[in-house]
Amino acid sequence: MRLQYPTNVRVIQLPCSGRVDILHLLRSFEDGADGVYVAGCMEGDCHFLTGNLKARRKVEYVKKVLEALGIEPERIEMFNMSSAEGPRFAQVAREFTETIRGLGPSPVPKAKAA
Amino acid sequence: MIVGDSKPLEEILEMIRDKGKVLVLGCRGCVTVCNVGGEKEVGILATALRIAVKKQGWQTEIGERTLERQCDPEYIEELADDIEDYDAVVSIACGVGPQFVSERFPEIRVYPGINTTFIGGALEHGVWVERCQSCGNCLVHHFGGLCPIARCSKSLMNGPCGGSANAKCEIDPNVDCVWHLIVEKMEKMGRLQELAEVWPVKNWLTSRDGGPRKRVREDLKQ
Ligand code: SF4
Ligand code: SF4
Ligand code: FES
Repeated sequence: MRLQYPTNVRVIQLPCSGRVDILHLLRSFEDGADGVYVAGCMEGDCHFLTGNLKARRKVEYVKKVLEALGIEPERIEMFNMSSAEGPRFAQVAREFTETIRGLGPSPVPKAKAA
Repeated sequence: MIVGDSKPLEEILEMIRDKGKVLVLGCRGCVTVCNVGGEKEVGILATALRIAVKKQGWQTEIGERTLERQCDPEYIEELADDIEDYDAVVSIACGVGPQFVSERFPEIRVYPGINTTFIGGALEHGVWVERCQSCGNCLVHHFGGLCPIARCSKSLMNGPCGGSANAKCEIDPNVDCVWHLIVEKMEKMGRLQELAEVWPVKNWLTSRDGGPRKRVREDLKQ
């Protein structure tokens, strides 16, 4: 399946959204990511039952950390979509990119290339 | 285990402001088990601090380390190899940790990164409850295995008080009245008559009222 989604979105695949880690989400912000979103299966459809619910709670946790650091919590989100929904994946990628564009670059400077 | 809560990030940032090199120091004991001060939490706190440092344009460097325990000089000693590189340590062990670290390395500023809250256990993943107040003279076997000191808001030895309603404590409808539980349990065990015995005033000298406690085991001393 070939889909058009913005090239600025870097996809990291996980077996289940529940495998996402608070530390890794934060590390992406440390490295200067302007926004991060977690795409999980529809609620009730996780192959590991509650992975996507846990992912959402981790995203909520990271939102609180960002807020405490004076960074817009909207820079991280959780989206649910069915794995059969390619167009929805592309649409979320576009919409989230727009949201982040609206917020502007992250206040955390990008790591300088050595 | 000893249970604690992370301090607000804002408070920790205030502690490390102007410091050149800061060590976030975890403990593999109790605080690892209650998910507040182990290696994982060291990584999360250190990363959050690094994000803040970058954002503010500070020059602070953040290091990470986790000791086997911070309540044991043997492990604290492991810090000796490179501690002088640091200007400050944020210990996320229980309150014993920052004290032991600063006693051993008096020239370094040591900050507590968590608030130590109670001795308790986990009801489920992510939920902890207070179960013991280290009174120094355990009596739970007289109360159906339930502790009236840690779990009764008034630490009553002869409860319940008049504030017990619908099995809940008058301080908060979400708090169980432990005396209600004690009576129920003793009844179930066929031991209700034991509760007719009136307990004399508890001698609190074995608890904190006797001043800071110290325990010496001659058979173990070197
Ligand atoms: S330092 Fe505190 S948290 Fe760590 S093992 Fe000792 S008592 Fe437990
Ligand atoms: S009776 Fe004392 S030692 Fe026993 S659980 Fe209660 S507070 Fe702890
Ligand atoms: S399998 Fe768990 S979120 Fe998709």
